[in-house]
Amino acid sequence: MMLTSRNTFNHQPSGRGQDPIAPGKRRCGGIHATKQGTGDEARDKSARHPKAVPSVLKRLGRKGDRVFVYLVGMVALSTLALVWVLVAMMVTDSLESIEEFGFGFLTGRTWDETKDIYGALPFIFGTLMTSAIAVAVGVPVSIGIAIYLSELAPTWIREPLSFVIELLAAIPSVIYGLWAMGALRPILVNSVEPWLIKWFGWTPFFEGTPQGLDKLAAGLILAIMIIPTVASVSKEALRAVPDSQREAALSLGATRYETTRMAVLSYARSGIFGACVLGLGRAFGETMAVTMTIGNSNLISWSLIDPGQTMASLIANKWGEAAGLHRAALIEIGVVLFVIALLINIFARLMVGRVMKSVPTTGGGL
Amino acid sequence: MRGYKLRKRIDTIASLLAIGCVLAALVPLVSILWEVVSNGVAVLSWDFLTNRTATGIGNAILGSLQLVMYASFMGLPVGILTGIYISEFGSNKVGSTVRFFNDVMANFPSIVVGLLVYAAIVAYLNVGFSIVAGSAALAIIMIPIVASTTEESLKMVPNSLREGALALGVPRWKTVMKVVLSNGRSGVITGALLAIARSAGETAPLILTALFSTFWTTSLTEPTAALPTLIFNYAMGNSQLTVDEAMRQAWGAALVLIILVLSLNVSVRLLSVRRFKKRGKEAKTWRAKLSLRS
Repeated sequence: MMLTSRNTFNHQPSGRGQDPIAPGKRRCGGIHATKQGTGDEARDKSARHPKAVPSVLKRLGRKGDRVFVYLVGMVALSTLALVWVLVAMMVTDSLESIEEFGFGFLTGRTWDETKDIYGALPFIFGTLMTSAIAVAVGVPVSIGIAIYLSELAPTWIREPLSFVIELLAAIPSVIYGLWAMGALRPILVNSVEPWLIKWFGWTPFFEGTPQGLDKLAAGLILAIMIIPTVASVSKEALRAVPDSQREAALSLGATRYETTRMAVLSYARSGIFGACVLGLGRAFGETMAVTMTIGNSNLISWSLIDPGQTMASLIANKWGEAAGLHRAALIEIGVVLFVIALLINIFARLMVGRVMKSVPTTGGGL
Repeated sequence: MRGYKLRKRIDTIASLLAIGCVLAALVPLVSILWEVVSNGVAVLSWDFLTNRTATGIGNAILGSLQLVMYASFMGLPVGILTGIYISEFGSNKVGSTVRFFNDVMANFPSIVVGLLVYAAIVAYLNVGFSIVAGSAALAIIMIPIVASTTEESLKMVPNSLREGALALGVPRWKTVMKVVLSNGRSGVITGALLAIARSAGETAPLILTALFSTFWTTSLTEPTAALPTLIFNYAMGNSQLTVDEAMRQAWGAALVLIILVLSLNVSVRLLSVRRFKKRGKEAKTWRAKLSLRS
């Protein structure tokens, strides 16, 4: 009986779009086979789908189980191991620069190819500044979107709208850069930056002349790019809040806004915080759009209207002309970026736990 | 307690603010699509798509296709097998470690991936800047995406199917390969398409590993042009073309790239919407059958 059933099972054309499992069908098949008796077995065998499984595994039969698990496990582990081997190679490539500059690399202010002196401080500063702008602008907008999608929007619009928001993550970052140079820059130069200088010029953050290729432009682009990540993870965090929380607040006479603020947001705050950290991680590593908008200068300046340089954009900019110690120094910057990204991501993942699954993977490139 | 009217008004303002946030995110999306289409359409022509550098982007399209194709050969099988392992055999320490680092890798800065591959293939193996190096970098970017979508879709396959197959005496590996995988098939395909879309738009790892070229290349060990690197180089003025001509071609290339990437994303979405609908119906009848029997 068992054998017959096995054959029937093999016979199910599982690869042909038919559902091999609908229980009703299975049962019928089984009964049918038993009725036909053993005479059918030979025919069943010859009619087996020839290409269904690798022949080695087929011969192994039940031993195949162990082989299969080891095989698949080894592939899974090998990618992990491979990445760490690559990391070791990257560190080896940067040794020249690490030995030359030591920890002073992180605090050095000069980056001079002619004298072969390299310090990363301007770029660490630039990365922190642009990421700060991105988080300051992007996070409130993302949380607003998340609240709208999970609390306010009519049900029929939720799915399509969140798909459209996630499309922002699908656009390649080089196209963001192109758009910023072509469309965002004129707006910044002609209206936004003169306005900021006029009203906030007395603060150290808005000194200078409007150029359109500066830390403000890079930060705004980053803000747009982190919106899909932060919004969709926050939305999942808000959805995970049990309805009883909302019902309790509403039944006490709270308005929708008060319910969201007191019962929902405070309940989901760790998830939302994790979403922000994840967004920060994206902003840190983003390369192309920043390279195209930040203006590329080694200046350390608090003014958002001055050009700057981030760690990632420096690598992208100087890579083509770099050699020797210069290249080693660029790779060392990559190592620093790697360590920061690793820490941020591990931290974010531990913060959000299972909510994390909803990170849009359609990203157009960090 | 504040007056009801005031509280009501605050409520309305907050709702409007939330809608404003959604609009604030939609404006750049629409603007990007509009700019790319309006600037790019004028450039598109058969010559533009088939000629090499100077008058067209044919060699970059060919380069992109090659890079993505080789990356898929390397990345997709590994990613799918990793996903199978995490989903089917991953309820132990090894599984959770792989899952964790897979998730971390998915959000890695792609420029770091470029550096990793540079260190291994370009520098250590001494292959030089090449298609191999570029597609290896893209493959590393693909793996975590494919693995996590595969895991998700295999987890949606109801456990009773595995139990049913095992109870019939089917070995575990056959259960996984035939029953589980064929039921989660559409999810695996979705993940593969998303990974291809994502890697097609990657720029940062390519400028570190595949560099750029103005010629037709099919040799694996030669540098190659690709659509994203072409857009970057032309927009930054790293080309022999005049500034206007370079920008014009960059917009044209951007249109080709965005059509490719968005059509993959949208079709994946349509596919998965249909899949969810179908699955929901099946589950209902399936449950109904069960309840009838009991």
